[in-house]
Amino acid sequence: MPGFTIAEKILAAKSGRTSVRPGEIVDAYPDLVMSHTATWRSVSVMQKVGATKLYDPDRLAVVLDHIAPAKTEKNATDQQVSRNFARTNGINKFYDVDAGIAHLVLMEAGHVVPGDLIVGTDSHCTIYGSLGALGTGIGYTEVASVWITGKLWMKVPETFKIVLSGKLAPGVYSKDLMLHLIGTLGADGCGYKAVEFHGHATTGLSVSERMTMTNLAMEMGVKCAFVPPDAKTEEYLRGRMDKSKQYHPVSADADAVYEKELPVDLGKLGPMVACPHEVENTKPIQQVEGTRIDQAFLGSCANAKYEDLEVAARILKGRRVHPNVRLIITPGSKQILLEASKTGVFQTLLEAGGMFTNPGCGACAGDGGIMADGEVCLSTANRNFIGRMGSSKAEIYLSSPATLAASAIKGVISDPREFF
Amino acid sequence: MESTIQGRVYKFGDNINSDIIIPGRYLIYIDRERLAQHAFEVLGEGFPAKLREFQILVAGRNFGCGSAREQAATAIQGLGIQAVVACSFARTFYRNAINDGLPIFECPELYPDVQEGDSLRIDLAASKIRLRDKEYAFPQLPDSVKKILELGGLANYLKTQLAGS
Repeated sequence: MPGFTIAEKILAAKSGRTSVRPGEIVDAYPDLVMSHTATWRSVSVMQKVGATKLYDPDRLAVVLDHIAPAKTEKNATDQQVSRNFARTNGINKFYDVDAGIAHLVLMEAGHVVPGDLIVGTDSHCTIYGSLGALGTGIGYTEVASVWITGKLWMKVPETFKIVLSGKLAPGVYSKDLMLHLIGTLGADGCGYKAVEFHGHATTGLSVSERMTMTNLAMEMGVKCAFVPPDAKTEEYLRGRMDKSKQYHPVSADADAVYEKELPVDLGKLGPMVACPHEVENTKPIQQVEGTRIDQAFLGSCANAKYEDLEVAARILKGRRVHPNVRLIITPGSKQILLEASKTGVFQTLLEAGGMFTNPGCGACAGDGGIMADGEVCLSTANRNFIGRMGSSKAEIYLSSPATLAASAIKGVISDPREFF
Repeated sequence: MESTIQGRVYKFGDNINSDIIIPGRYLIYIDRERLAQHAFEVLGEGFPAKLREFQILVAGRNFGCGSAREQAATAIQGLGIQAVVACSFARTFYRNAINDGLPIFECPELYPDVQEGDSLRIDLAASKIRLRDKEYAFPQLPDSVKKILELGGLANYLKTQLAGS
């Protein structure tokens, strides 16, 4: 009998089966159910169906990240509902509007470990695969259902194996790899599939870079994406892992069955940019260099981690943001902001002409940084859909933090490699 | 859920993402009518009003891709749309549609043959869509999932389950 992939092993374990194969539908019991700013909506579903009891309050995590702090009375009331729900039900993993983006906050706090099954009200739950957990997005009604019943139906996905070799050139990052893959495979190139990143080059990438990979994998339609846990995963989790958890990495068997294998030589990649209005509309930087930008947004669960801010700071140190560009920096979490303030990254970015907003989803979710008709934004986020950052007549380009920093200096989309 | 769904078609292309279906700034609402007022508005003049003249949306590949926002399915229902037939759906939208009680069907064969304004008749029991004199088969949902849709969505399903336990 052939072996199993990571997704197959996790779904078997969480549904009490010895093994499962692609196409099977199982009732799976997630270890963690994340709800963000949408929490109040799930609370309203609980009330609607007349449920009062949670399956297990310790499996819930609530993080108020999308509109933080409240901008309107409506937001304030909704957040009050979420807060009261967390207090009344003894939700220990509750993080208020000061904490940052749910995904980054939960990983930093050690709530995500290899082999976990995690669902949540956000499509970018795929990011948890950077630590070897199966993360996937669901709607708020289904979150309420999992709160109450502890389970949900899941179809076991086929798995694609992406094998990375070579080494990224200076100025090129895992964001560029992902934009390359999304452009090559398309927005549904991995529709309903699990993806595993393998190869020596994968083990060379930092946990932060892996987070960008499993986050962006969503934009090629994945159900979940994994970087197999290794020494770097263990090191990241050391000292931060939940006391209730144990480190039991789940790896694919050597003879696991993959639907497709795709080799990628990192050494051949250059900076990539996603052009309006779809992420799959990617181009090598040479084809978009010189495009005017009005706003540069360094933020989102894809690329507002400490390493991302540091890369931008290295390029911006001693330089100035172009007078026609607003550089908005929204750190992914309070921890990231704290670290940046200790190391001088915060000061460097401010002195270069950047402005900081409070940690959270920020402009990526339309919370501030709204664009006017005809304006152009270069963003480190994961989506450039029409109207996502304000006017539907505005344009959003996506890039790595390095490309963003280089472009913010020049006022036009620019190749970051000249700064290395 | 009715055993047949009949209506006129509005046709979309590939990769209609959930930001197009309902922009993020309206996610503070969850009621159908309010969401429907803003559905597809980023597509410009005439949207969403003109969609109210149609009952069935037909789309290409990867309909509903992007955000996991459940309100994408809710907003479509608020427009009076009774079903979406696409070549394929993004998985988050697929689940949300079922959980919201919006019937969806995967039928890539139909796509090239159908035009805006055409009349479709979807026969759920027979798993067939009729366009003029031609029939197209679509795969049945798994029984457990179909039950959620038949009850009008996951909230109703949960109510039934809780009442029974």
